[in-house]
Amino acid sequence: MSYAIPERELMDSGHVGCPGCGAALAMRLALKAVGDDVVVLIVASCWSIIAGPFPYSSLRVPTLHTAFETGGSAASGVKAALEMRGRPHTTVMTWAGDGGTFDIGFQALSGAVERNEDFIYVCYDNEAYMNTGIQRSSATPLGAWTTTTPVGTPKDTPKKDMVAIMAAHGIPYTATASVAYPEDLVRKLQKAQGIRGSKFIHILAPCPSGWKSEPAETIKISRLAVQSKVFPLYEVEGGRRWTITVRPPQAPVIEYMRRQGRFSHLTSAQIEAIQRNVDEHWAALLAKAEHV
Amino acid sequence: MKKVIMGNHAVSYGVRLARAEVISAYPITPQTQIVEMLSEFCSDGSLNARFIKVESEHSAMAAVVGASSVGARAFTATSSQGLLLMHEMLHWAAGARLPIVLANVNRAVGPGWNVWTDQSDSLAQRDTGWLQLYCESNQEALDTVIQAFKIAETVHLPVMIVLDAFILSHTEEPVDVPAQEEVDAFLPRYETEWRLDPEDPRAFNMLVAPEHYMEMRLQMQQAMGEAKGVVEAVDAEFGARFGRCYGLVEPYRIEGADTVLLTAGATTSTARVVVDALRSEGQNVGLLKQRLFRPYPVAEIRQFLGGVQKVGVIDRNISYGHEGIFAAELKAALYDLPTRPKVYDLVVGLGGRDVTPATIRGIANYVLAHDAPEPEPVWWEVKP
Repeated sequence: MSYAIPERELMDSGHVGCPGCGAALAMRLALKAVGDDVVVLIVASCWSIIAGPFPYSSLRVPTLHTAFETGGSAASGVKAALEMRGRPHTTVMTWAGDGGTFDIGFQALSGAVERNEDFIYVCYDNEAYMNTGIQRSSATPLGAWTTTTPVGTPKDTPKKDMVAIMAAHGIPYTATASVAYPEDLVRKLQKAQGIRGSKFIHILAPCPSGWKSEPAETIKISRLAVQSKVFPLYEVEGGRRWTITVRPPQAPVIEYMRRQGRFSHLTSAQIEAIQRNVDEHWAALLAKAEHV
Repeated sequence: MKKVIMGNHAVSYGVRLARAEVISAYPITPQTQIVEMLSEFCSDGSLNARFIKVESEHSAMAAVVGASSVGARAFTATSSQGLLLMHEMLHWAAGARLPIVLANVNRAVGPGWNVWTDQSDSLAQRDTGWLQLYCESNQEALDTVIQAFKIAETVHLPVMIVLDAFILSHTEEPVDVPAQEEVDAFLPRYETEWRLDPEDPRAFNMLVAPEHYMEMRLQMQQAMGEAKGVVEAVDAEFGARFGRCYGLVEPYRIEGADTVLLTAGATTSTARVVVDALRSEGQNVGLLKQRLFRPYPVAEIRQFLGGVQKVGVIDRNISYGHEGIFAAELKAALYDLPTRPKVYDLVVGLGGRDVTPATIRGIANYVLAHDAPEPEPVWWEVKP
C-alpha cells in the first residue's frame, strides 16, 4: 500500500510546541499537503510562539506573522499582491487558532470569504485561549472547565458551529479534519488547494496543557473525538453538498471526555445532556449529508 | 494637464500616477470619493491594481500590510473613526517597516457625530511610527501622494498624507495633473528584497525577545532621523522635475517678523491672506506652515522661529488635560535654545467650525496685544 502523505518535511523539529501539541502536528501535516509554493500567515495564537523566536523559524516556507484579527484581511492583501507580482499559482494559507477564528477574527474572516478570496483558511481548534493560559472562547465545548469558566460555573453554551457558518457563506469548500486521520487531513488540504476561491479547514487540535490530558494520548483523544461524533469528519462543497468522509463507529462521549481533566467535574446527568447535544448535532449532519 | 478637481480626486489621480498595485479601503465620509474614483480607475483599466473592498478599516490596513509584505505598492485612505480603528495596524505597518501610503482626510472624532475638519484623528496616531505630511491645497495633495511613495520606499516607513475635510476634500481647485511618463521617471516600480517569496522563504514579524526588540525600535527611530533628509531630497527632485516643491516647513513673509503664526493644513491659505493684510498695515507678522509633523523638523522650526518674539499656534486639535498638540511639540523643540519666543496656543475650529480670515486676524491681534501667553491654551471663539 502506498503511503498517501508526502514524505517531504517543511516543518523542522526545532519548534517550541508543548509535548503532545495537536497544533504542531496539524501544521506539519498541512505543509506536507500543500508543499512549498505557499505563503503562510500566522495570526496571534500558540503558533506565534511555536514557530520559534527571532531569528529562528521552524517553517521552511515564507511566513507572515500578523495581528490577531487579521487572518482573513491580511491574507487577502497577500494574495492580491502575489497576483500582481506574477505568482497567481502560489497558495495562501492562513493559520489561526479558535480565538482568532471564532471570536476576534470572525468579522475579517467572514468578509474575506464573502469576497471569495482565493486562499485556504485553517483554524486549528484547541477549544480555548491556550496561549494566554486556558480562557474560554466561543469554540469551548459545553461543560468544559477553563480558567474563566471555573468548575462552579463551567461553559454553559455549546460550541459555535463554525463550519455551518462558513458553509452558509456558500464558499467552494469547507471541511473538518483531525490529526488522528492524517490521510483524510492531507487529502482535504490538497483538494482545497486545487479549488479557486475561499476554503475553510477546521482541524481539532488537542492541547494537553489546556485539556488536562496526557501528551501521549493526543492521537487517541483526537480519534475518540471523531468516533464519539463530538468532532465528525466531513466536507461541504459550495455550501450545499455535505459529505461525511469518515464513517465513525459507535462510541459514547464519556469515552472521549474521561481522558480530559477539563470535563472531570461533570456529573453523569451533565454528561448525558452533552451526549444528547452531540446526538442531535450528528442527526442534523446526517440529514444534510448526501454521501456518507 | 490642468483639471479642476476636488482634493479627494486629486489624491485619486496621485495614486493612479503612482501606479499603486493593491488598494484596500472601507467607506467613510469625507474620504469616500478617493476610493470611489480609484474603484472606477481599476474598473476601466486605467489603473492596473487589485482593489480589496474589505468589511472594516482595520481590515483595510491589514490587507495593505499583507500586500506590502509581498513587495507590492499599496495604498489606503480613511478618516476619523476609520483611522482610529486602524490604530493597531498602523503600529503593525510601521513596525514591519512597510512603505504603505495612507491618505487621511482630517475629520473630527465622535461623539457627537461630526464629519467636519479637525486634526484630532491624525494627531492621535503621532506615535505609531508613520511619517505625517499636512497638505494646504489640492495640488499639494496630489503631489504629496507621489512623493510619499518615494519617501516611504526609501526609508521603509509608512507615510500618512493629511488633508482637511471638505475645505480640501470636497472643494474644487485647479490642479496640474502630471503626465504618466514623467511620474514613472520620478517613481519607478518598487522592488525590495524584504518580501514574502517562496523562492527565498523568510519569516516576518515573529516573536522577538527583549534581547533584540529594542534594537529594532532604535532602527525605526534612526529611519525617522533619515526620513527628514529624504523628504527634503524627494521634494527637491520633485521640484526639479515638476516645478513645485513644498519643503518640510514653509516660511511666508517671515523676514523681520516679530510675531509668527504657525499653521498646518488648509488654514495656511487663509492665514496667508491675513498676513498679507497685516503686513500692508505695517505689522511685522509672518507665517510658518508646518508640512512635516513626523519626523518633527526641529532644526527648521528653530531656524525660522528661534529668533522671533512671539509665535501664535493655530491648533485645530486638543490634547485633553494639556494643550494643543502643535503648540506642545513646538515648545519642546524650542526648549533647548538660549532664547526662545513666547508661544501662544489657540485652540480653534474644532469639529469644522469655520476658521475665517477674521478668525485668524483676531488671533494675530490677540497675540500682538498680549505680552505673555496664558498658562492654559486659549479656546478661540467659544460660546460662554
